[in-house]
Amino acid sequence: MKELLSGNAAIARGAYEAGVTVAAGYPGTPSTEILENFAKYPDIYAQWSPNEKVALEVGAGAAIAGARVLVTMKHVGVNVAADPLFTLSYTGINGGLILVSADDPGMHSSQNEQDNRFYALMNKIPCLEPADSQEAKDMVAQGLEISEQFDTPVLLRLTTRVSHSQSFVEINEPGPKNLRPYAKDPLKYVMVPAHGRLRRVFLEERTAKLKEYSENCPLNFIQWGERSVGVITSGISYHYVKEALPTASVLKLGFTHPLPEKLIKEFAAGVERVVVVEELEPFLEMQIKALGITVQGKDLLPSYGELSASLIARSLAAAGIPAAEEYLAPAVQPEAIAAQLPGRPPVMCAGCPHRGVFYTLRKNKLIVSGDIGCYTLGSMSPLNAMDTCICMGASIGAALGMEKANPEMARRTVAVIGDSTFLHSGVTGLMDVVYNGGTSTVLILDNRTTAMTGHQENPGTGSTLMGKPAPEVDFEALVRAIGVKRVRTVDPINLKELDRAVKEETAAEEPSVIIVKRPCALLKKAGTAPPAEVNKEVCINCGLCLNLGCPAISRQGDKAHVTAIQCNGCGLCLQVCAKGALVKRGEENA
Amino acid sequence: MRKPLNILLVGVGGQGTILATRVLAKAAQDAGYDIKVSEIKGMAQRGGSVVTQVRLGEKVYSPLIAEGSADVILAFEKMEALRWLHYLKPTGHIIVNDQAIAPVPVLTGAATYPADCLTRVQQSVSNTMVVDALTIALECGNPKAANVVLIGMLAKRLPIAKETWLTALKARVPERFIDVNLKAFERGFNL
Repeated sequence: MKELLSGNAAIARGAYEAGVTVAAGYPGTPSTEILENFAKYPDIYAQWSPNEKVALEVGAGAAIAGARVLVTMKHVGVNVAADPLFTLSYTGINGGLILVSADDPGMHSSQNEQDNRFYALMNKIPCLEPADSQEAKDMVAQGLEISEQFDTPVLLRLTTRVSHSQSFVEINEPGPKNLRPYAKDPLKYVMVPAHGRLRRVFLEERTAKLKEYSENCPLNFIQWGERSVGVITSGISYHYVKEALPTASVLKLGFTHPLPEKLIKEFAAGVERVVVVEELEPFLEMQIKALGITVQGKDLLPSYGELSASLIARSLAAAGIPAAEEYLAPAVQPEAIAAQLPGRPPVMCAGCPHRGVFYTLRKNKLIVSGDIGCYTLGSMSPLNAMDTCICMGASIGAALGMEKANPEMARRTVAVIGDSTFLHSGVTGLMDVVYNGGTSTVLILDNRTTAMTGHQENPGTGSTLMGKPAPEVDFEALVRAIGVKRVRTVDPINLKELDRAVKEETAAEEPSVIIVKRPCALLKKAGTAPPAEVNKEVCINCGLCLNLGCPAISRQGDKAHVTAIQCNGCGLCLQVCAKGALVKRGEENA
Repeated sequence: MRKPLNILLVGVGGQGTILATRVLAKAAQDAGYDIKVSEIKGMAQRGGSVVTQVRLGEKVYSPLIAEGSADVILAFEKMEALRWLHYLKPTGHIIVNDQAIAPVPVLTGAATYPADCLTRVQQSVSNTMVVDALTIALECGNPKAANVVLIGMLAKRLPIAKETWLTALKARVPERFIDVNLKAFERGFNL
């Protein structure tokens, strides 16, 4: 039976069919839906971990215990998990382990576009790159076999267009779930230096065997066409090449570390000119050049952003390589027109509990050390209330650094971090503040969920990925246990109380935490109140309410206007209006 | 069909673009085509624009439609029609919903919504169809069915049997909304 599945759903299906029984990860676009789909299958265990490092450690334990394991994250998550990964390469596994890295060329929803194939190179582990959903599914089973055969974790590298595009997948019945027996083996699993040195030699032996495997692996294959040009490619780029250069000879690499040297040499010898087409870094190109083969690649194509069939066709045609005509034809309208239109940037939803926070921080002219989540939208106009955003959990450490560099910044700087992000990697930053004598004010924006990626559970929400009730982290108690004495919880919809809390805590010359608590407006438990309305007789068109950047509020004619079907009745604008022109529906005549 | 047929669906979060895409994909699947679908929806919930791409044919490689190679653009909002027009091929068709949804820079007064979106589209593309899908959907009993009015118009112009479309619609729309959506599809189909 064939089903139209996204690459992410196909990975989940592949794991289920291949007998994976334990899966862990941390949500992050474009990887999130893998575990969400996997968790729905029967007789398996799946969990969100507080961060990617823990997720991989859980996966490592499960694999050493003998299970087949899937660990998922987005590209930047692998940076967090890199510490256990480098040593897991030494210990090897027992049951198979696949680490999915969902990379984001073009940064559709990421802060950078690192090419994680280099993690495979640096860790000396196999890298697989699927080009569509069927390959994504098949490579889970193939990867698990490789993992078990060679005693290694396997990196399965997706990109956004593989994760989030749908194509047909053959659905099969799940195979048996085999739990391999566990045997105590400290030389293999206890990485003290003496043992590590032995395993270091094993790494070289394993790499040699993997090279041999790569030569004959069916994931790497040649499609001979015209011999004037041969393209070496991997991942989604393969499909762009098939369209842009339909007659060219192609070497499609699905197993991209270690590379099949003999196969590459055979291919290069069979064509007049070799071009490497790959997204982001010249990962293949550099290694192929090191074999002494003359190839072109990044001299013709960009090393940043996404590729496309038209980009490949145009770039290669310019270098004298015959490309498909339809990608070279002019469009009905130049792209420049699109750039002149008003943008449609993402905004905080109507009723978002973060809105009042950034309104208050801006009003108080504070320097805001920000973090990763919906609240990063507080940096956008008209709120413009964020100064930095580096990576998950960086807000608190960066705020401490600011005050250490310039003590004058201490009383006018705050760190802002979400509940899930605080549990991911903010808690260690807060320890640092307390331990090293910082006086930072930290706002934990607790909206009771991991909102940006689509409402995943976390240790603070009271529920697990598989829908079981769980103990909720008590943020106040946690923060006090770290050593913060000034801790208070406020409701962000109460602007006066929030303003007072921010003023008092930034003034205090000791570490302080404000837990700003209200459920995400899109959660069912958030509820709705009657929408706001504008009393047109009272409105003086001052525009104060527009400073909130609420998508429900606009100016119509010379008055403010609230779109009732958008408004969820949070009441923030009622508090911001100096004239009392904004009222709850039905209250204007009261 | 030698070359794949390329259909771009553009709109604003909340307009039902994703559901419309799923109906189209299901109809194309049942009609026996190879299909690739691509969605960029990550921030759509937060008011951003939504773009989905559907390619169908005997064999489809890339999930992405190249600029200048869309056969049809189905635009759920008129400024989005203009924004994505460079994807249309010179002989392509565009179906535009005559509805304006102001983005936040316009709401806050930082930018102006262009007054002449439709005229500019019509001047560039001879095969332009304009429809007030929202009003038609209201007449059918639910403003949310505007997406299905547009799907009905698209259905009339694709090489897939009407019965196949109706089956796909029934498979993808929640049961309690079936009647309204069947009406909306019919209205669109007959335009």
